[in-house]
Amino acid sequence: MIFANVDREGYTPDIECYLRHGGYEDLRKATTMEPDAIVNDVKASGLRGRGGAGFPCGVKWGFIRRGGPKPTYLICNADESEPGTFKDRYIIHQDPHQLIEGMVISSFALDVHLAYIYIRGEFPEGARILERAIAEAKEKGFLGKNILGTGFDLEIYVHRGAGAYICGEETGLIESLEGKRAYPRIKPPYFPAVLGLYQCPTIVNNVETLCHVKHIVQMGGAEYAKLGRPNNTGTRILCVSGDVQRPGYFEVEVGSLTMGEVINDLCGGLKPGRKLKAIIPGGSSAKVLRADERYKVKEKAEDGSMVDKEIGIEEIRMDFDTLAAVGSMAGSGGVIVMDDTRDMVWTLNNLNEFYAHESCGQCTPCREGSLWMRKITDRILAGGGTEQDPDTLKSVADNIAGKTICAFGEACSWPTQSFVIKFREEFASRSTKPLPLPTPPEFLADRLSEEPTKALTTGSHH
Amino acid sequence: MQIPTDLLARIDEAISHYPVSKQSASLPLLHLWQEHFGFISDEAIEWIAAKLELEPIKVLGLVTFYPMFRRKAPGKHHIRVCRTLSCAMAGSYALKEKLSKAAGIEAEGHGHGAGGGCGGHGDPVTVSEDGKYSIEFVECLASCGTGPVCMVNDDFYEAVSDEEVTQILSKYQ
Ligand SMILES: Cc1cc2nc3c(=O)[nH]c(=O)nc-3n(C[C@H](O)[C@H](O)[C@H](O)COP(=O)(O)O)c2cc1C
Ligand code: SF4
Ligand code: FES
Repeated sequence: MIFANVDREGYTPDIECYLRHGGYEDLRKATTMEPDAIVNDVKASGLRGRGGAGFPCGVKWGFIRRGGPKPTYLICNADESEPGTFKDRYIIHQDPHQLIEGMVISSFALDVHLAYIYIRGEFPEGARILERAIAEAKEKGFLGKNILGTGFDLEIYVHRGAGAYICGEETGLIESLEGKRAYPRIKPPYFPAVLGLYQCPTIVNNVETLCHVKHIVQMGGAEYAKLGRPNNTGTRILCVSGDVQRPGYFEVEVGSLTMGEVINDLCGGLKPGRKLKAIIPGGSSAKVLRADERYKVKEKAEDGSMVDKEIGIEEIRMDFDTLAAVGSMAGSGGVIVMDDTRDMVWTLNNLNEFYAHESCGQCTPCREGSLWMRKITDRILAGGGTEQDPDTLKSVADNIAGKTICAFGEACSWPTQSFVIKFREEFASRSTKPLPLPTPPEFLADRLSEEPTKALTTGSHH
Repeated sequence: MQIPTDLLARIDEAISHYPVSKQSASLPLLHLWQEHFGFISDEAIEWIAAKLELEPIKVLGLVTFYPMFRRKAPGKHHIRVCRTLSCAMAGSYALKEKLSKAAGIEAEGHGHGAGGGCGGHGDPVTVSEDGKYSIEFVECLASCGTGPVCMVNDDFYEAVSDEEVTQILSKYQ
């Protein structure tokens, strides 16, 4: 569906090719519908955001009131920067008009007249392709003034980021689009749908999410909801990287496959002679899953009752709810596979370096903690790990999550928490140095009892 | 400061994309400037600030925050290698070393930090002696299935093998 034209023989990103394949027909259909009917279709479709949080798109759209005193803006989040995620890139480069059509339909439904595509700075070619596609769409009357003769006006502009991961976080993105440092805003009150771009109601959606809107209009929300599983509807693109024979991207119905099927059937299994060790199932921020662990899930029995079941990693169903139930998340759809040749300390250290570099620096726990975690895993990796390091790592992480302005706090602490808990032995076996003395020698217990310091007893300074 | 007229036209076009607030054009203007002049000089900051009616510190604050903006000239051709997990598993650290060597860039440590051998967060770029190439590590480029990946200027290369290193560089003279 979304990837129908990606890697398609002879398919080009220009509008002529898109039109030959039925392009902008769904926009035509949408413009004959009541805007509210489109919003209702999106609600009925059960579509959940594909950017990471999995928030129901229809619920988000439901916060928008048409004809309010302030304008509403639409922003397409094309920052694609969660490690392990590579899907929006292909839509942008190979099928840009699908995204534009999705955005025009969404804008029509939400009464938006100014929309932006926030694309990461490292996609210069993608930005040019989108700009060309926008110009083509304008020329054909699918964009600009009086779209398809309906009287509806919309401008879309491409806005390039400049290498900061935090611009993917929607409120950081909005600050960045306002021309500021991408410091995320605190929610409440700054929910984008209420106080977003220029303090106006703003809908931020991922590239893939906005493409789905087009297909929802085509199929009808109820029909779309039949794809996938209840509460996990539609298709989504899984991006598999790491130690598999054939890494790549695969569009599947949500929850139609298990982890084992993804790795073995879609990706040709592991490399010869290797064993599965760990999987990060939803972008680098998702908690790691250990291959030999048993996971508890609830499953619907024949009579409709829910029964507890214990499953192995390969039986985990790749949908939002199951991945949450096993203690991780479906996130952005980025699956990173590690086999038994991988060193978990090295792996975590790589991610810690990412987060230490990318923290925006507003919140002390995140700014300092992400750097501490990197320094500690650096030290363990270099052979200097002290006995307490695994516990210190864990406690630093525990003191970030839930104590910050934005969800980056969770994103940077979940890898450390999960790696250290699940691969404790690997961290502990390399953290064996005794703790260096934190106290100056004259304050050690034996010295103190020898000669009670005058300073302590008299309160006088030297 | 002589700003070419076509650059000026592009700058005015960019500003027109933000009817609500000129400040929003800060990043686009920095990009346009850097594409043309190679880096963001003091002069650039003053000029852009004046153009957008901002305090210069606001513009400098962007340059120091966003990793893509540079305060110093890079090489004639700038190389970015993805450092993050999937690419690192596929050999991006070795790729960066090979590219550095082939480009005549002094071997240096890994990573972004001060210990990384380059100037730290604000200045992660190292330049070859002849000024032809510069290189830096960047974070995930969203092509993790085809690691290791790198960019030379605006061009993107995936699954780069050892043999391809000199072949790629030879395209950039
Ligand atoms: C640290 C952080 C990074 C994020 N990066 C991205 C990103 O690169 N792309 C994206 O679409 N969403 C990203 N998100 C999620 C957005 O904040 C937001 O939830 C999403 O764009 C909403 O769109 P959706 O509902 O269509 O998923 C990120 C969130 C956080 C906390
Ligand atoms: S949690 Fe981290 S990234 Fe998010 S606002 Fe705070 S410091 Fe910035
Ligand atoms: S890890 Fe290199 S592109 Fe994602």
